[in-house]
Amino acid sequence: MTSVAAAQTPPIDIAGRPRRTLRVRLARRTWPYLLLAPSLVLLAAFTYLPIARVAWESLHDRPHGTAKSLFVGLGNYAALFHDKAFIQSVINNLIYAVGTVPPSMALALLFALALQSSSRINAMLRAILLFPSMVPLVAAASLFFFIFLPGVGLADYYLAKIGVRGFNWLGDPDIALWSLIAITVWKNAGYYMLFYLAGLQTLPGEVLEAATIDGANGWQRLRHVIVPLLAPTTAFVLVIALINVLTQVDHVIVLTKGGPSNSTKLVLYYIFEQAHENFAAGKAAAASLLSVAFLLAMSIVSLKTMERGAHAAS
Amino acid sequence: MRRPSLIIGGLMLVTAFFWSTPFLWTLVASFRPQSAGGIGMASLVPDYVPTLGHFKEAFETGDFGVYYVNTAIVAFGILAVQIVTISLAGYAFARLSFPGRDFIFYVFLLQLMLVPPILIVPNLRTIVDLGLYGSLLGVMAPYFASAFGTFLMRQTFRQIPRDFEEAAVIDGAHWWQTLWHVLLPMAKPGLIAFSLVSLMAHWNEFLWPLMVLNEPSTQTLTIGLASFALGTEGGREWGLLAAGTLLVMFPLLALFAVFQRQFVNSFMFAGLKG
Repeated sequence: MTSVAAAQTPPIDIAGRPRRTLRVRLARRTWPYLLLAPSLVLLAAFTYLPIARVAWESLHDRPHGTAKSLFVGLGNYAALFHDKAFIQSVINNLIYAVGTVPPSMALALLFALALQSSSRINAMLRAILLFPSMVPLVAAASLFFFIFLPGVGLADYYLAKIGVRGFNWLGDPDIALWSLIAITVWKNAGYYMLFYLAGLQTLPGEVLEAATIDGANGWQRLRHVIVPLLAPTTAFVLVIALINVLTQVDHVIVLTKGGPSNSTKLVLYYIFEQAHENFAAGKAAAASLLSVAFLLAMSIVSLKTMERGAHAAS
Repeated sequence: MRRPSLIIGGLMLVTAFFWSTPFLWTLVASFRPQSAGGIGMASLVPDYVPTLGHFKEAFETGDFGVYYVNTAIVAFGILAVQIVTISLAGYAFARLSFPGRDFIFYVFLLQLMLVPPILIVPNLRTIVDLGLYGSLLGVMAPYFASAFGTFLMRQTFRQIPRDFEEAAVIDGAHWWQTLWHVLLPMAKPGLIAFSLVSLMAHWNEFLWPLMVLNEPSTQTLTIGLASFALGTEGGREWGLLAAGTLLVMFPLLALFAVFQRQFVNSFMFAGLKG
């Protein structure tokens, strides 16, 4: 990631031709910007101005039925933090992060370790584990709608055969969030596996051999050699996983709508609800801006970690 | 050595089976004839004569034909515009030097982190202001530029030796001719990788189209499926839901089967989706 912005290659030499008219020279000067213009205009319209807009809206309020916005300072933020539903959504999102990120990353690493050698059967198993990450989250949710159906759904149907019954997967406030966590782990583990498979391929074989010769057993090799060497991969996957935690709520919309009793309300769903159903633009804007700030802070921290990880590993 | 690897192999087989049960169920249930009260719908065993009835019903009651067309318009429309914008911008970053290049490049990179779902609220206002609310164009517009795609094209162009372009320039070709006839054909692997990621991301997208679209005639597959799932809540129409889900997933799985290697590679590239 460090080489991203560096401009190593020299540009085509276009300066060497004599006797150019002013018009041509002006055109030469401006045309790099003309090439960038479509992208820049679109990025400005749908990424940078929206952030400014959200920042502005988070400081203003427009009462119902009036056309004028009033400056309310940090009023929207105060309202946000006094809203029990928002606090609940932050707590839920934290639980959701802890419940989804470490398990799916651990599973991803185990899958990658088990399936790293290339054989036909391993390729097939990898494809099967990857499948869930390819389908829309909405499709996954509608499948799990049936799987989690109390009594007759797939989960209860087979659990009843081994004598376990009585869970209300999506209707019990104590369980519903964990059901969504299960869907997320199921969906993402295979995707993260890909990165670990790639990471494992870059491991120096001689280091592993040396560890084996020194008498390290499988667990010790994993713990002291493989995991530390995979630190850059882990940092990268962690960023993706955390972004997913904050930005994917399709399954919440389809399966629980944040309920029962707010137990599955995640931050983005809260924003969606405030903007779309409660028309509380100020609170939605304040929550959006906090999310943007969180994403940026996380990205900067993780990029730093990744750089350090890359140095440590090389 | 032999024994542990056998155990691991066995464990992975069991895990993979467990992982695939939702899909197996979809497959089995979508071809299962309608039964009274939905009893036995959860069974993974295909103990019946297969029927296409659920698929027929999905097309009749769910307007899946319209959803397919709309989703294809959105996904391919976004991709078509993206290919133009990312090729131009990628070319500028890879081959030209101009004041402010590095700064502008950082401005692009920042967008990689600010994934669109976070900005749905202000973007919706923008779409309304532009008069695009309710239209497929409104769903597409925020994605027409792609920082990820620009980054990918820049990397791809930079790997192409300059000799080819210089030969074309000596032959009197304009920059757009070199871009179109020399660079883009050679950048095909990068373009395919980006296309797969972009198509998949937008085929699967739900929250943003849900906010922008407001009429049945403009809905996409994911929205159709969601209202379908909510509609079957009370009833016995699990076969129908399974068939609908299969219809949404099928094009992706087919694409995956054809382009498996490129898919995996572009997934790795992407990480942060386009």
